[in-house]
Amino acid sequence: MTGKSQLLELSSISKRFGHNLVLNNIDFDLREGEVEAILGENGAGKSTLIKILSGAYQPDGGVMKLAGEAYCPSSPVDGLRQGLAVIYQELNLAPHLTVEENIMLGQEVSRFGLVNRKRNLEKIREVLNFLHHPEISPEVRVSQLSAGARQVVEIARALVRQSRILIMDEPTSSLSGEDTNYLFEIIKKLKSQGTAVVYVSHFLEEVRQVADRFVVLRDGQVAGRGKICDISIDQLIEMIIGQRLNELYPRIPHQPGQTIMECAGLKSRKMTQPVFLEVREGEILGVAGLVGAGRTEFLRALFGLDRVEGGLVVLKGQSFRPVHPEFSIKRGLGFLSEDRQSEGLALRMSVTDNLTLSYLRPYSSQGLISGRKQKQAASSWVEKLSIRTQSPEEKVWTLSGGNQQKVALARLLHQQASIFLMDEPTRGIDVKSKSQIYEIMGRLAAEKKTVIFVSSYLPELLGVSDRLAVFHRGQLIAVRPAADWTETSLMKAAVTGKTDEDNGKRCEDEA
Amino acid sequence: MKPKNFIWKRLTTSLGPFIGLILVLAIFSLMPEISDRFLRLANIKSVVTQSVMVALCALGMTFIIVTGGIDLSAASNLALSCVLVAFSINLGLPPWLAALVGLATGGLVGFFNGFLITRLKVVPFIVTLGMMGMARGAAKWVAKNQKIDAPLTWLNELMTRNPKPGWLLVSPGIWLVIILSVLMAILLKKTVFGRQVQAVGSNELTARLCGIRTDRTKVIVYTLSGLFCGLAGVMEFSRLTVGDPTVATGLELDIIAAVVIGGGSLSGGEGSILGTLIGVFIMSFLRNGCTMMGWPNYFQEIIIGAIIIVAVTLDRLRHSQN
Repeated sequence: MTGKSQLLELSSISKRFGHNLVLNNIDFDLREGEVEAILGENGAGKSTLIKILSGAYQPDGGVMKLAGEAYCPSSPVDGLRQGLAVIYQELNLAPHLTVEENIMLGQEVSRFGLVNRKRNLEKIREVLNFLHHPEISPEVRVSQLSAGARQVVEIARALVRQSRILIMDEPTSSLSGEDTNYLFEIIKKLKSQGTAVVYVSHFLEEVRQVADRFVVLRDGQVAGRGKICDISIDQLIEMIIGQRLNELYPRIPHQPGQTIMECAGLKSRKMTQPVFLEVREGEILGVAGLVGAGRTEFLRALFGLDRVEGGLVVLKGQSFRPVHPEFSIKRGLGFLSEDRQSEGLALRMSVTDNLTLSYLRPYSSQGLISGRKQKQAASSWVEKLSIRTQSPEEKVWTLSGGNQQKVALARLLHQQASIFLMDEPTRGIDVKSKSQIYEIMGRLAAEKKTVIFVSSYLPELLGVSDRLAVFHRGQLIAVRPAADWTETSLMKAAVTGKTDEDNGKRCEDEA
Repeated sequence: MKPKNFIWKRLTTSLGPFIGLILVLAIFSLMPEISDRFLRLANIKSVVTQSVMVALCALGMTFIIVTGGIDLSAASNLALSCVLVAFSINLGLPPWLAALVGLATGGLVGFFNGFLITRLKVVPFIVTLGMMGMARGAAKWVAKNQKIDAPLTWLNELMTRNPKPGWLLVSPGIWLVIILSVLMAILLKKTVFGRQVQAVGSNELTARLCGIRTDRTKVIVYTLSGLFCGLAGVMEFSRLTVGDPTVATGLELDIIAAVVIGGGSLSGGEGSILGTLIGVFIMSFLRNGCTMMGWPNYFQEIIIGAIIIVAVTLDRLRHSQN
């Protein structure tokens, strides 16, 4: 790492909110052409640190230097001007504008107020070529692009501004495995060009692939730092959570029993192929596949959220076609949305309301709600799942991501679901909440309930599920016991649509 | 956030508009020119009586705004109902049936609003903007573009300042507002339906996910609001003793303003009946005070306009404290 000059240097940065010391004497440095990962649980101070870097917050103490000179951005725009661009978890693109307009926003090459489109387009092509994505047309509206392509556009926007430092906040949380690999290629290219990247992620495997060095934050302090090649994932996790976690995927013994639900050719308007699938009671079924492969659409159809146009569901001997969540809930299905911010939770309603909304019957008589009973029930769930909140009357948006997810999950437990449909249940939440959610899934299976969960994170699919189903381009291509899969074979099936057995051995057990 | 802070914030949430009302009352009662008359019982009674129509419509509008919608057709709906009551009485229908016709028209217009909004998936602003024109046009059509005179009946005593059985003290219209307000406050805050209305406004997708029939909820809310407009139309007829198709022009904005001043958020999920009523009275007393002071009309308009902006800004600030 010698010869690369210091680009960014932070010494003893502190930040407090009220009485809360959120960052305590953080040192941080970043060299040209280097990828440094910031790791830590939710609430460890990562977001605050990023906001200080970008200029959204001003530190209460400490010094920042950019290329040897004092760096104190007054706002994110100021930070951007000085060469530091942030690519946030929720992408900041204007969906109605074209790729070109988004990339050049605020940067238009113009004369007398008239946009010089030719120069703009040249610039954009240059950048997109550099990013190996010449297929993205500058003319197309951003709303028509995939999540991966949007990310490329966002990076292109930073490059057009000639940013020297890119900060990526959970860049892969909405990307499929394929898009993630593209992103890593891009990061490599950026490195070779001397751009430095600050990479914030919960996916430790990814961090190992892409980062050179790491800093672990815990409770606002640096809990450890070093070269990524010198440390194992177990050691990293230990550093992040501060205590030895025996097993990341706690296995609660359970035995899948009889078939309880069957999808017979279920197909919604948004699905390209009908799905045939059986699940058993006391079973955890993992659903793998690339983003957009039809996994989410399948779960939504099953719950009656999208209009179903074909097929049936047979649940406990009763067959029906899902029409509306109202009936699905009554039949014992529960659905956890992949998008807890805009669909899963009513952020401006209280924890109590969010938790009990799907099942208010126990608290109402003749239509009147007993607020006291409702609050008591919510409190008991808050306690059972150790949801960290000031009071159950607190609005949900004040909670951290992991705790929000626990509220969303508590709703399904509260409504006494027996079939749990969970779409990306651990996306963007901290390690501790994750392992808590795995534990709940295991406990549910032990109570003879059924869990079907969609995930893009292979280790968790393999670690938690009894069986695994793989979707490829809208089609359910295989269902097998988890023990028969490896990360490689899963990935291969998801990407190519072919399983190992297809190439030689007989296809067995289609369950 | 300290618990103490938390309690304080909860108090200010409901107190904000109330302090505004006290302020308005205090300012005018300190004006030397009118201090002797402004807070007199007779004046208060007359202001409250005049507020009955806006208050009734605002009760329904609160529900609509809590769902994140809006109803621009409220005032036209009121006028249509008012005209139809007069028309029905002239047809020889008994007064109670005429009142029922007015009520039903209001409900029907509201139902159509809700039906179109949920079926055509057109935003409430546009649907009710269209309905505003259609209802007003229909009112003028029925009334052949002039006022409909109708014989006096007991209907015209609903809004009198000196009610017949003396023990009523205030007009039956005011009692109606009081009773319906209590019922609506209970409906909004204490019932499963009210919780569903709030959920739909807070996040419609979440509501659906939780098994709430969001479209049905909306149709009910718009119908309910239409019924209130219809009732306000009956009251308007009672006060005017004629069916006037041009009555209450522009009143929809007063109604919406009252809800917003009372803490309703146009992005949905927030609003309360008590707040709305306070909003109604803030505007009525302001108007009344300005008139008593002999200030010109345009002056009132400027003040009320400014108050709407100030009220909503304060609301924003309170929310962004977090």
